[in-house]
Parts: sequence; structure tokens; C-alpha cells
Amino acid sequence: MNERTGGHRTAPLLDLDAIIDDRNTRIIVCCGSGGVGKTTTAAALGLRAAERGRSAVVLTVDPARRLAQSMGLTELDNTPRPVAGVTGEGELHAMMLDMKRTFDEIIEAHADPERARQILTNPFYQSLSSSFSGTQEYMAMEKLGQLRRSGDWDLIIVDTPPSRSALDFLDAPERLGRFLDGRLIRLLTAPAKVGGRSAFKLFNAGFGFVAGTLTKLLGAQVLKDLQTFVSALDAVFGGFRARADQTYRLLQAPGTAFVVVAAPERDAMREASYFVERLAEERMPLAGLVVNRVHRSPVSGLSAARSSAAAEDLEARGEHELTSAVLRLHADRMQLAAREHREQEHFVSAHPTVPIVQVAAMPTDVHDLEGLREVGELLAGRWRPAA
Amino acid sequence: MKARDTDWDGVRLHVVTGKGGTGKTTVAAALALALAAGGRKVLLVEVEGRQGIAQIFDLPPLPYEERKIAVAPGGGDVHALAVDPEEAMLDYLEMFYGMRRAGRALSKLGIVDFATTIAPGFRDVLVTGKTTEAVRRRGKEGRRVYDAVVLDAPPTGRIVRFLNVTNEVAGLARMGPIKNHADLVNGVVASPETAVHFVTLLEEMPVQETLDGLAELRAAGLPPGGVFTNMVRTSLLPAEAVEAAAAGRFDPDELALGLKAAGLADGADAAAVASALTEEIVEHARRTELERQERASLDAAGRPRYELPLLPDGVDLAGLYELAESIRTQGAA
Repeated sequence: MNERTGGHRTAPLLDLDAIIDDRNTRIIVCCGSGGVGKTTTAAALGLRAAERGRSAVVLTVDPARRLAQSMGLTELDNTPRPVAGVTGEGELHAMMLDMKRTFDEIIEAHADPERARQILTNPFYQSLSSSFSGTQEYMAMEKLGQLRRSGDWDLIIVDTPPSRSALDFLDAPERLGRFLDGRLIRLLTAPAKVGGRSAFKLFNAGFGFVAGTLTKLLGAQVLKDLQTFVSALDAVFGGFRARADQTYRLLQAPGTAFVVVAAPERDAMREASYFVERLAEERMPLAGLVVNRVHRSPVSGLSAARSSAAAEDLEARGEHELTSAVLRLHADRMQLAAREHREQEHFVSAHPTVPIVQVAAMPTDVHDLEGLREVGELLAGRWRPAA
Repeated sequence: MKARDTDWDGVRLHVVTGKGGTGKTTVAAALALALAAGGRKVLLVEVEGRQGIAQIFDLPPLPYEERKIAVAPGGGDVHALAVDPEEAMLDYLEMFYGMRRAGRALSKLGIVDFATTIAPGFRDVLVTGKTTEAVRRRGKEGRRVYDAVVLDAPPTGRIVRFLNVTNEVAGLARMGPIKNHADLVNGVVASPETAVHFVTLLEEMPVQETLDGLAELRAAGLPPGGVFTNMVRTSLLPAEAVEAAAAGRFDPDELALGLKAAGLADGADAAAVASALTEEIVEHARRTELERQERASLDAAGRPRYELPLLPDGVDLAGLYELAESIRTQGAA
């Protein structure tokens, strides 16, 4: 699939237009490490898809006010809001995940009012539902499932939480599911069901030992709160793991496309590599890699070395100060471009068949639909850096 | 150890946070080197299980164990520790209850999964607990073992929640050992012995996050530190040229003459190269203007500010020492 030019590997071009134009594409997941422009990528893809006729919704988990503003929304909340100013036949909605609200709604939908109240006021539930790790990933997937089932949109574009590592996002549902179905939960729920801590005695000495340790570690009140919480939640969710599995299958389905987003820097590219490998392991459908913020020069024929040498020469002669400063600036630029190229080459040699599209660094942040449209053009591969 | 005349004399715990992609780990590592310079002993702690310190210092993955990883200029040692919550919990059990074996049993039952999934507050207490223990730790003669501890902390969006452990576990544990432990941690984190530094780039989003983070920190009563502006590009062009370019008045003719003089291009070719280079200059000018605005926003926050240069070849060990030197000359260490 890959061509070879001048001894360098060239990755196939990622054709995002083909993906968003394909009516069979129902879900696009943008993932990658923090700070690489995932959310902007998701929003720009959503706008482009809408303007090419799709009925799209962008689900973001990143509370970036500026992005909401760029779509003409004063703020994003847990309900999809229509984005005004989209041209063409399609339409665009946008929403931001409110993790606590989403969780509360699940509880309210699945428990009777009394049990729901018990859960919603439990300190463990409050910690779980408003914390940032694990829950956010799970609730993002839950919301994705809800949007998909609603059938209101024919394309859902989601960006993943800014986890410490992009991989958490795949692990979260499984981890939460495993935990809620696990031995620990059974251990904690059993005593609550027969009333109180003394029930630990029903277990063998090993369990008694563990219960004692937990009490010592957490304090008796904490353990009681925890038991109440877990048994209430357990009754509501029953097959929590089944839900996690369902989410997983949704992501593996052919209508899903994963787009890995990176910047041409070592850490981000390394993370992208891990992610590509991980998606393959999980048999999740990878569309390709978007490399954001790539620098290039309109004068790529003038190398860093020649440019620096000429600047040095002019400086030695004490002539054309401005030109030598411009040549130094250009040399820096070429050096940066070369470094970015090397970082990407590492990725390409390890994953030669993964399609890539590069997006030029923009001098300013995106502020409006026009800016998103511009990013969309770049995402569609309208820009290929000179070789 | 005699106090140096720096902006953070008396601070023993330097917490370094920043938006993803700003180079938080790099700055934490450089700060640790700078603080260790001249014969001090500094501990560099990472808590997110990413092995970022090992990568920066070009070492194999770090175990859960304090070990010396670098020598600072003029003597002085940097030690490093990658805190693993599970191991931190076993430590905790052993330290307070002498129950290491019971801890292993709990690990097998998934109690750590529990801590991270159901109550991340517990995880943070364990991790910050390990860090503050190193800050407080004293040797045989009663002297502190480390002159300073640098914590490569979670990103800006999560930092207050991470540090504000007492608050986080308050709803979960109103009394008992976890609460006591959290109070101990809080005694260090909310004291003048701690400073929370922010790493940012001269770009809109990271600057905004820094300002939001500072406000949040103040509201939580945690001690704000300095702002480290990372990857700063020095402007090589004279100010008049930048202004002219920003206003669309840059004249490529002089440049064309210079290119000819340098023997890089001739005639029409020189004009073409000059006009292409002008594009580059205009872009540079726009970015310079944007950076000026971002600097002004940061200055308005009224925190000590330090600028670290962009290393053209990326961060390697030599680059790290260069950044440490820059941190020292600016008075941050």
C-alpha cells in the first residue's frame, strides 16, 4: 500500500472526506493524548460532515469554552444544541458531557424514587459521579450509546477524555464493569444484605480478616456507607458488565471509525503508536492518524544548513542585517520541520500501512465557524507539505 | 544548608502542573536539577505511572523506590521516585499498622481498583501522602533528608482536586485513619512550605487554563507558585521589521538584495525567494503579536514569571541542564 520515495517511507493519505461521506460511518471516535487538538479536530470534522450533508452531532468531554463559542454557543451542556450558520443540507448539533448529570439520569431511570434518593445522596456516589478518573470515560461511552440508540443523528463524532494516557479510555468500561461484578463487591454487598457488619462473621476466617483490615483502614462509618452504596448500585445495575460489553461491541462494529490525533512531537507520537497497537489488539476499526500543528516552510528548497551558512557569511561581512536575521529565522523553521518529520518517520516505519493526514500549524486559535471550516479543509488533506 | 537568594526560599515542596503538551515533566525535571545545584539533595516524584522521568533522563523504567538518577552542576543529587498507588497503600498499611501481608490480600481482592475507580480521592491521598512523607522525613540528626521535593503533578484541570485531599475525602471519611492521614497531607500542601507552579506555552488555551488554575488554587487556599512559560522562541528579527510585517508593509526588495549578496539567488529567482520568505516573516509577526498579548495576560496574574527557551533539537539530557541553568539565572531556584 505504501509507496517508497527517495528511500523514505510515505504513509498512505488518510481520506477523511471518504469516511464522513460514507453513510455507513455512524460513529467517529477522536482519540489521542492531551493537548494535541482532539476536540478541535472532532468539531471541525462534525462541521465538515454537516456541510457535506450529514446530520451530525459532536459530543465533547473537554470543557473548552472557546470551542463552544466558535460554534456560536454560549455554553455547551448535556443536551445536543443546534449549531447555527451551517451551510448546505445537513445539520450540526453539539454537546458537552456532563458526567454527573449523565450518571444521575441513569440512576433515576433505573431505580425507584426511594432507592434513587439513597444512591444520589451517598457520599461514595457523589465522589464517584463527580470525579475525573474512570467515570468520565464510562459516562462518555454511556452517552455515546444513548445518542446512537436515539437514532436522531446519522453521524456521531466523539472526542475522548483528556486522560493521563489515551489508553485509559479503552480500559475504563471494562475496569468499572469488572469492579462492580467482582469479588470485592460481592464481599461488601453480602453483609449489607443480611444487615450490618456482624454478617462478616458468616464468611470464613480469610474474609473476616479482610473485613477487619478494611475497617481499620477506612473506619467503620466509611465501610457502612460503602456497603449501602454498593448494594444500592448493584441492585440498580445488575449486569453492569453486560453494559460495558455492549459499549465495547458498539466500538468494534464496522460503522465505527477511530481517528488517532497527535502532534508531531515525541510524546504525542509515541502515544499515537501505543494507541494504534492497542486498537488493533482490541480489533477496533482504525481509520488513521491526524497529525496536527505541522510546520512547513514556503521556501523548503532552501535548507537550514545553507540558510545558516549564508547568514553567517553576511554577518561576517557586516552586510544586510535584516536578510541575515530572516535567514536565521528560516533556518530555525527548517530545523523544526526536520525534527517534526523525524518524529513522524518513527511512527511510519513502525506502522507503514496506517493512513496519515497532516494539518498545518495555524498562527492563531480557532474562534468561529470559519476557523473550524478552515481546519476541516486541512483535515480533508487539502494540504500536503512539500517533500 | 544555607538559604540561597531565590524567589522560593523556604519552599520544600514544589508542585509542577500544566496543561497537557506544555512540557510539565520537562520543567519539573529541570527545576529539580536547578534546586539540587550546589550540593543539595532533591527528590523528583512522578505520580501518573507514565515513566516520564525515566524517558527524560534516558533511563530504564523507575521502580517504586527512591534512587539517585542525576548529579546537579556544582555537586548535588537528584533522586527520583515513581509513586505507584498500590505500593503506596502497602507502605501506608505497614507504616501505620504493620500490616503488609493484609495489604497484599486486599490488593488481590481489587481494593486498589476500588480506590481508583470508586473513590479517586483515596488514590490521591495515598500518592500525595507518599510525597509529603518525603518532604517531612528527617534523618538521624533530625535534619530533613531532602532539601526539596519536586512533584510532577497531574494536569492543571485536575490539580486542585488532587491537592485538596482533605476536602476530597471529607465526604467519605469524616473521622478515622484516612481522615487523619489526609489532614497530615494537608498540613504540608496548604503551608508556606509548598508552592504550586504552572507550566504554560504562549498560546491562548494553555494561558487561559493557567489563569483559571491560579484562581481555583487561590479559592481553595492552596499556595500559588510561579508561572513557567515553556518553549519560548527568541525573536531574531528587529522590532521594526516585525511591526512592518504585521501591518502588511514588509518590503521584500531589500531582502532580495540581501539574498543576491549572500549568493543564494539571482534576478527573478531572488525576488521569488524573497516574497516566499516574506510569507514566513508575516506568520512570524502574527505569532509574535499573539505571544505579546498572552504575556500581558500572564503578567496581569501577578505571579513571578520565568521563560524557558524552545530547544531546537527537542529535550535531551544536555537540554535539560540548559533549562536548569536558565531556571537558576532567573532566580526560580
